[in-house]
Amino acid sequence: MTTVGEVCHYVRSKNAGPFWVTFDLFFKNKEAFDRYSRSPAIGPDTFKRLFGADPELVKSFPVESLEMVKISCVRPTPSGSRVERDLHSGQMFVRLLDIELD
Amino acid sequence: MEREFEGPIVIMVPNGSLGAGANEEEMEYGAAQGAHVIATDAGSTDSGAAYLALGMSKNNRAAVKRDLTILMRVAAKARIPIVVGTSGQAGGDANLNWTRDIAVEIAKELGIQPKIACLYSEQSKEILKAKNAAGKIRPLAPMGPLDDTTIDDCAHIVAAMGPEPFVAALEAGADIVLGGRTTDTAAICCYALWKGAPLGPSWHAGKIGECGGQASVKDIDGRGILLRINKDSFDVEALNPVNRCTPHSVSAHMLYENSDPFMLVEPGGVLNVTNSHYEQINPRVTRVSGSVWEEKPYTMKLEGASAGQYQTVMLVGIQDPVVLNDLDAFEEKMTKVLYDRVRSTIGDAAGDFHISLRLYGWNGTSGDKVPAGTPAPRDVGVLFVATADTQDMATQIAKACNPIFFHMYMPGHDSHMPSYGFAFSPADIPRGQLYEFRLNHVVECDDPMELVRTEWVDLSVMEAA
Repeated sequence: MTTVGEVCHYVRSKNAGPFWVTFDLFFKNKEAFDRYSRSPAIGPDTFKRLFGADPELVKSFPVESLEMVKISCVRPTPSGSRVERDLHSGQMFVRLLDIELD
Repeated sequence: MEREFEGPIVIMVPNGSLGAGANEEEMEYGAAQGAHVIATDAGSTDSGAAYLALGMSKNNRAAVKRDLTILMRVAAKARIPIVVGTSGQAGGDANLNWTRDIAVEIAKELGIQPKIACLYSEQSKEILKAKNAAGKIRPLAPMGPLDDTTIDDCAHIVAAMGPEPFVAALEAGADIVLGGRTTDTAAICCYALWKGAPLGPSWHAGKIGECGGQASVKDIDGRGILLRINKDSFDVEALNPVNRCTPHSVSAHMLYENSDPFMLVEPGGVLNVTNSHYEQINPRVTRVSGSVWEEKPYTMKLEGASAGQYQTVMLVGIQDPVVLNDLDAFEEKMTKVLYDRVRSTIGDAAGDFHISLRLYGWNGTSGDKVPAGTPAPRDVGVLFVATADTQDMATQIAKACNPIFFHMYMPGHDSHMPSYGFAFSPADIPRGQLYEFRLNHVVECDDPMELVRTEWVDLSVMEAA
């Protein structure tokens, strides 16, 4: 089993405005990027399961020059709502680390 | 015929946000490199809607004054203007006036008489309703069409300015331009656009420079960045001479707080960096070429903040092994018992209330179930959050819950009453209101200046009078 945390040297999450969150997955090398950046395991269904995101609005952008993939989705609730636990979305990436890619 | 741009235009960005801590030595370096302007943003939506709703800064006044004093001292000495975007964290009129008053105070202390332009981009609800009725306001995902009730619910609404109002203020001789809500990019690149620098490199430099030293390698605590805009490219240099910028550190910044790594929508156009090329031209400087500006009809993004319900919190620490050995059961039982307690004591008078428990040390940050087999922590902090229509009701709910939050039994407790670790007396802490952003819409403008008001504070004239 290979997880996101194993094939990436850096994964981060951050608000992209009050309604969106964006995840940056920097792979360890080109081989990992080529193999996993378009993996269905980090596709819309996963973001629906983990964050309740609308799968239709999940956007994924492989960036070859940086050997990374950027994935953006609608925030579970707008920033600062009554159930807020992570105002800047800075810790949401942790839930991606254990996703199994193959 | 317009004179062809020869460049370079040199822009110094002291740090990521006014008040975050400018470094005077770095700025002296930038000035010595021939900086034409000091440009910085002073806020964003990132820290939530409270700052717009309350007209309040996130940074403390002394920190903003400290930074602005350094900026004004360096700028006065080098005889270059200062441009500030999104003043006072949120860029509402109150946020801007707060920043203006600090600038005036500093000018008097430094014995200088700058011409200060204040660009207000807070919007009248009537004008927005008229725009909406005319079909000039469009939603951005995930929002739907705007209704007037939402406009009325907002305490303050701002429209994010492009560079044009800044260019007009600089053209009119401003020494300091204090912007209301502005796109970060526009605040950084406006001077270059005023001087006729090429659009693609100027806008891209604006994006790369918005967070100051973040586009550098950050081996050291470097604060600022220096941007040089050339005829068909721009160079990025760290303001701290021992820091450096690499193709990776620079191109990676395009990703930051942006949902799309290649396109950045701005007032009047889209920055397209799909074919941008990043090149190390010396050990400290990266050159960027190939950035394209695609002109679009002029729109401004609207941000509106409303105040919502009130919250009261309590905190207990728990090290009791009986609780720690089955935290999920503890959380489930306590949540149920607390709801029952409020219903049986306060009843319908509690109104639309909500209780949540966050178990810090277990799943406090995510709220998700932890994986099966996760070992028990040594300690867990349980944050109780009651939300209700008034502060008093939120506090009454907390008080009703207090005995249970203090003593709730688990099956393993047998007959011994547990007492969990309260940090404070009184235990309940009124936290104030929730603030939410309500708008994610754009408004079409006939002209970039249409929704912006400019006011001047000319200290040289005031001094003379």
